[in-house]
Amino acid sequence: MSSSTNTPTHHTSTIGSIGTPSRRNTELALLVFAVLIPVFAYANVGLAIDGTVPAGLLSYGLGLGLIAGVGHLGVRKFAPYADPLLLPLATLLNGLGLVMIWRLDQSKLLQSLPNFAQAAPRQLMYTALGIGLFVAVLIFLKDHRVLQRYTYISMFAALVLLLLPLVPGLGANIYGAKIWISIPGLGTLQPGEFAKIILAVFFAGYLMVKRDALALASRRFMGLYLPRGRDLGPILVVWFVSILILVFETDLGTSLLFFGMFVIMLYVATERTSWIVFGLLMSAAGAVGVASFEPHIQTRVQAWLNPLHEYKLSQAGTHDGILHSEQAMQALWAFGSGGTLGTGWGQGHSELIRFAANSDFILASFGEELGLAGIMAILVIYGLIAERGIRTALAARDPFGKLLAVGLSGGFALQVFVVAGGVMGLIPLTGMTMPFVAYGGSSVIANWALMGILIRISDTARRPAPAPAPSPDAEMTQVVRP
Amino acid sequence: MNKPLRRIAIFCGLLVLALLLRDNYIQYVQADSLRTDTLNRRVAIERYATPRGDIIVDGNPITGAIKSTKNGINDFEYKRTYKDGAMWAPVTGYASQAFGATQLESIDDGILTGNDDRLFFRNTLDMITGKKKQGGNVVTTLNAAAQKAAYQGLLSRGKGAVAAIDPKTGAILALASTPSYDPSTFAGNSTSVDGKAWTKLQKKNNPDDPTLNRALRETYPPGSTFKVVTAAAALENGLYKSADENTNSPLPYTLPDTKTELKNEGSIPCKDASMRIALRYSCNTVFGKIGADLGKDKMLSEAEKFGFNAEQFTPVRSNASVFPKSMDRPQTALSSIGQFETAATPLQMAMVASAVANDGTLMKPYMVDKLQAPSLDVISQTEPQKMSQPLSQSNAQILQSMMETVVKEGTGTKAQIPGVTVGGKTGTAQHGVANSEKPYAWFISYAKLPDGSSPVAVAVVVEDGSANRDDITGGGLAAPIARSVMKAVIDSKK
Repeated sequence: MSSSTNTPTHHTSTIGSIGTPSRRNTELALLVFAVLIPVFAYANVGLAIDGTVPAGLLSYGLGLGLIAGVGHLGVRKFAPYADPLLLPLATLLNGLGLVMIWRLDQSKLLQSLPNFAQAAPRQLMYTALGIGLFVAVLIFLKDHRVLQRYTYISMFAALVLLLLPLVPGLGANIYGAKIWISIPGLGTLQPGEFAKIILAVFFAGYLMVKRDALALASRRFMGLYLPRGRDLGPILVVWFVSILILVFETDLGTSLLFFGMFVIMLYVATERTSWIVFGLLMSAAGAVGVASFEPHIQTRVQAWLNPLHEYKLSQAGTHDGILHSEQAMQALWAFGSGGTLGTGWGQGHSELIRFAANSDFILASFGEELGLAGIMAILVIYGLIAERGIRTALAARDPFGKLLAVGLSGGFALQVFVVAGGVMGLIPLTGMTMPFVAYGGSSVIANWALMGILIRISDTARRPAPAPAPSPDAEMTQVVRP
Repeated sequence: MNKPLRRIAIFCGLLVLALLLRDNYIQYVQADSLRTDTLNRRVAIERYATPRGDIIVDGNPITGAIKSTKNGINDFEYKRTYKDGAMWAPVTGYASQAFGATQLESIDDGILTGNDDRLFFRNTLDMITGKKKQGGNVVTTLNAAAQKAAYQGLLSRGKGAVAAIDPKTGAILALASTPSYDPSTFAGNSTSVDGKAWTKLQKKNNPDDPTLNRALRETYPPGSTFKVVTAAAALENGLYKSADENTNSPLPYTLPDTKTELKNEGSIPCKDASMRIALRYSCNTVFGKIGADLGKDKMLSEAEKFGFNAEQFTPVRSNASVFPKSMDRPQTALSSIGQFETAATPLQMAMVASAVANDGTLMKPYMVDKLQAPSLDVISQTEPQKMSQPLSQSNAQILQSMMETVVKEGTGTKAQIPGVTVGGKTGTAQHGVANSEKPYAWFISYAKLPDGSSPVAVAVVVEDGSANRDDITGGGLAAPIARSVMKAVIDSKK
């Protein structure tokens, strides 16, 4: 009733209308900000700590600009219709993360720790590698549907990656969680970050094939569609593997991320709410069950419920077979000391969190220096990335693309929730890192690859339908003269 | 598949919303309590980030600040220094990077560091104009000359404490305690220097307990000085109308309901003595009988009017002095001569003397005159406050005449100052099992100038372990210290 004018029908989706603007120039304009903001932040850190603009400002700015530029040119050339927000948002987070990592490198306290090494140059290298992989995905993955062919290989690869940390001699137990492998000469790798992408490919391929069976063959019970016993097989297997991860790698985050991603994709594939109910029940049962006998998980839960007590235990040097950590409380103090507006770049004391201040706890470092305002902005950026990913899923024209996009972006959102919620004391702490901002090669490289796949799907989705092929009949009427 | 997709979009939005809410909770609702949590190291870092403001006596700072030595990692930038630290320690307390802060250093930490909310507006201005944050000053009421006299006097006597008050306002003029400690020695953060100095001062390593602030935090049996309170109770409750009325006291005097005889020190004329005579010779029998006659309720009520059984906040807290609340008649008699469980801080006994000197009005004791912003503007000024009225003006004047007799021709003659009227009371408090330990020597007094004003009341206690037991008397050990403190105050007024 409101505006029933004679304007043409609004296209509410990006599907198909010919002449969709590519939005590449929008992306470029946003990228300028995504580079300038971290450059200003970098100058700000130098001014706050030393009173001068840091000497590396120009090379840092050029480096980040180059990385963003390569990314942008890659998108412009190989995925011209891709979503214009994803690349600038990820670049901004990556740039801010680099500044914070560099700022923590300047801390005298962290420099005095035994295993200190300048982290920012390495992170810049990882970022470059990540952007390289991002562009490589765009170049070599012409159509995301190709991935469908690798459904079962993906499953195998993901399982191998997930189980690698358990291989004796290869796995590294870092502060309780066994989610790392150490490669001699290269350092440590977190295979879970890559498994996340590969698993999404497997789930998408598998569910696309099995969705009808899973959706239709069911009985109705108390308003819910109950799946048949044998259709429960896949979810039980994924659940079991997640429990194995929880038990043997003692990492709640990875376990929760994989299971949650599967449940989201299962729900989208079948449109059955009952899967969500099942998923929630199973994850609750699994988490409670494992927590009842696994001391590492129990400590995490205790530290979550009473961080101050854990802090005191760690200060008192209590040795009862469990590593007591002051970090949970230190993170809360960092957030609280930041308050609404934060202390400003370089003026906080988040180095008190010690060794993980620039990785697992980098959000607390941001919380102290940028305050509530800064953290809310960062969280909204993460939210935007996830929502743009789901928008890509909506726009995608093929079920595989829809499932893959929602799996990747839903998993991304879950990871952000699990990590940020852990650092802020909303849920027990886990061993994963904030995508893009946290220090860590595996995380940065894997997430840029993830971004590449999303960009590829969104390019396919937003690409205008090809012009109608010339009619073969027209050719027939041509007279061929000898 | 689009309907579940939209729902997943909402779900992801809710995840972010949950994080935003949690963030608001910890960074807004809980922010202040997290930020000011004393276990949060940032509190200490902030405390030492700028040179602390000063604690000021007579216009001169008795504190200072220097850059910490940077051996190793020390995130505390400035270190506290003290001038005559040991002398002023009972006033300042300490502010140590390693061991926290106490007393004025802790109570007015916000002003000294510049973080107090009352400085918020100035700090914001400074931030805009690019000035570095500065600490404000704490201006005390103390009198440097009196403090010096008190401290030097105590040093020559070993252990003890002095509290001196201006009776008219309640302003604390001297607050000394020996043995003392120099807070400079452990102001830093180094284990080898500051940690060692600190450990050496702890009670378990040093039986003299030098960090104990005896003037405020130690309660001693007040002995005969408490007879002033008993005399005040007798006058206030109308038991006797004047100083020279016959008290009809027997000698020997047996404690009520017992066969125990209460003894006097030596043979002194206590039979049927007036209160003036009894106070002059310090008759246990007379004041024991007065206490028993009045009963515990009247004694308790008078003692509490003088401030017993309550902590005082000067703003540094003093321990509560004790007048027992439940006792039988013989115990009441003993408590009334400052024995049994009666115990008082030196500050408490100075308050007793000051109430008498101020014609019966007890002023609330305080040691912070004003708090200054870094710009020296006054942020808060302490106004003298009446605490109670233990005596009427006329009764106070009767008691004054009795105490003046003590100094003129009684046990307190060593407190006499030429040209000044001094009233006082000695005390020699027995303590320990069967009174086996060396007694405490007490003296409380006030000085009155020819113009009728009374600038100082003082209480001195000496626990002299080295003196010959028989020589330990309030008049002998404590009165000379009281005299020099009073003289210092009077001379500084000239």
